[in-house]
Amino acid sequence: MDVAFPPGRHGWLCPVIWARDLTKSYATKTSGDVLAVDSIDLEVGPGESFGILGANGAGKSTTMRMIGATLQRTSGELTILGHDPQHEGPLIRAHLGVVPQQDTLDTDLTVRENIYVYGRYFGLSRAELQPRVDDLLDFAQLQDKRDAKVDSLSGGMKRRLTIARSLVNEPSLLLLDEPTTGLDPQARHLLWDRLFRLRETGVTLVLTTHYMDEAEQLCERLVVMDAGRIVAEGSPAHLIRTHAGREVVEVRFGAQRSNEVVPHLAGIGQRTEVLPDRILLYTEAGEADLHEIVARGLTPTTALVRRASLEDVFLRLTGRTLVDE
Amino acid sequence: MILQALTSTTAVAIAQRRAGLADAGIRSGRARMLLLRNTLALRTSNALAFLTGFVEPVLFLVAFGYGVGALIGDVSDGEQSVSYAAFIAPALLAASAMNGAIYDSTFNVYFKMHFQRVYQAMMSTSLGPLDVALGEIGWAMIRGASYAVGFLVVATLFGLTTTWWSLLLIPAAMLIAFAFAAIGMSLTSLMTSFQQLNWLQFWMLPLFLFSGTFYPITAYPDWLQVIVQATPLWQGIAMTRSLAFGVIDMALMGHVLYFMVIGALGLLATTRRLNALFLR
Repeated sequence: MDVAFPPGRHGWLCPVIWARDLTKSYATKTSGDVLAVDSIDLEVGPGESFGILGANGAGKSTTMRMIGATLQRTSGELTILGHDPQHEGPLIRAHLGVVPQQDTLDTDLTVRENIYVYGRYFGLSRAELQPRVDDLLDFAQLQDKRDAKVDSLSGGMKRRLTIARSLVNEPSLLLLDEPTTGLDPQARHLLWDRLFRLRETGVTLVLTTHYMDEAEQLCERLVVMDAGRIVAEGSPAHLIRTHAGREVVEVRFGAQRSNEVVPHLAGIGQRTEVLPDRILLYTEAGEADLHEIVARGLTPTTALVRRASLEDVFLRLTGRTLVDE
Repeated sequence: MILQALTSTTAVAIAQRRAGLADAGIRSGRARMLLLRNTLALRTSNALAFLTGFVEPVLFLVAFGYGVGALIGDVSDGEQSVSYAAFIAPALLAASAMNGAIYDSTFNVYFKMHFQRVYQAMMSTSLGPLDVALGEIGWAMIRGASYAVGFLVVATLFGLTTTWWSLLLIPAAMLIAFAFAAIGMSLTSLMTSFQQLNWLQFWMLPLFLFSGTFYPITAYPDWLQVIVQATPLWQGIAMTRSLAFGVIDMALMGHVLYFMVIGALGLLATTRRLNALFLR
């Protein structure tokens, strides 16, 4: 380790990612300097699976690129596996597996060649790569597509290939930027299953997502980003408990009635959130509260009692829904 | 976690060996991996474009050298007198080296940069921008050399090669390809749309026609000759012609130096630009 760390809150001797006041600003023609990432602190330990949750434009990808040593920070401190990306970019990148938001697969090459050539970029020998490429094709469940061109693959297959390719250098830190965006549910579950397996091997996972279920499934710990800042940090369960409560009653009264109904809901639940199309009541006992609403004669057109989720946390913290509906 | 810090995979060990070097940030010494990538890619997509480069100068040689040449007879530069076909053959070789290099370093590079995002993928490994620049420019040189070999064989079959100096046309074609590819790639890396590439292409035809390819530039007034002599294709044609006719002199050294300098400048500019695009 090249850098001595001040003892962090999490107490890791050598954190995989360590950032203090990490900032990235861009000069733009129209609106001066824009802060994409605004002095954030991060600490990720070995073997953790860590999530960065936020809406589009929150600064997730910018943060990921700085961690991936392909974007220089404007100010603050950042070390990846003890190295400073400003000075040791190639060395850091040799440790990393990167799954970018947009596929960068080589469409002139076959599926197998994509993994093989990528391994060669790291300087790995042909002899070393041959068995490994085979293993990775198994892992990505693409063995029967090995000689196909990339363009013939489905979206889910391309993502799996990108992940397989990112593992060719046996990375200790895997960066996944929105790994399942644009995939159908079946393809997402298949991908999650692969990522679970990776977690078991001890690889540190850092992923960005704007899908709540994905964050809840894959991340032991996460930060919520909004407008370049970290607005909350913790395990999914902790965040939900702290910021949302136990259950949520979702009721719809139709656009006209919605505002009239709100005053009549007073006293039900701990907190009320009025959205354009529905009203959310945060509560400890959803069924009882729904009965109370009906008992007050406020018959909703639709009603749903559900467990509080990260979506609610996000809504609470930022005042916005995560996925534009 | 101690274990994690100590285990180093092969990729890390390879990167560690270079970590202390002055150029470690921009170069891994593995530019040849781009040649591997391009060779594999050749099989699928670019084979026809590659072949066109062989055929084009031969067609020009037949049509102009023998068709138009029959009307012209011999050409003299004051000292030597050669057939028209022998006069244009080295110029066509220089032009094909230029065309191959420009095609590779403009349209192909632009496509890889903005649509395939090949360089973005490369830069997320331990490769550096200088590796990418060297690899792509090296690829254009190989292309230039293979065109030169093919054309030289054809020219020899037509009986147009008269001196062993002609063999040096192969490295000369590589040098021309190096300079054009380096300049082409540096300009391409600045461009933001295909339309801008067409502007680059726009200049290629006049360069091809008016650089002394088909007639000596003594046809121009003095001031225009000076301008033409500063352009790269004229430099290339002057170099290939003097090799083809076995005229080895200081002017030849001047042409070599010219290409080395503009090639090096292009390489430097390309590396800086790739760094700004992908690692900043």
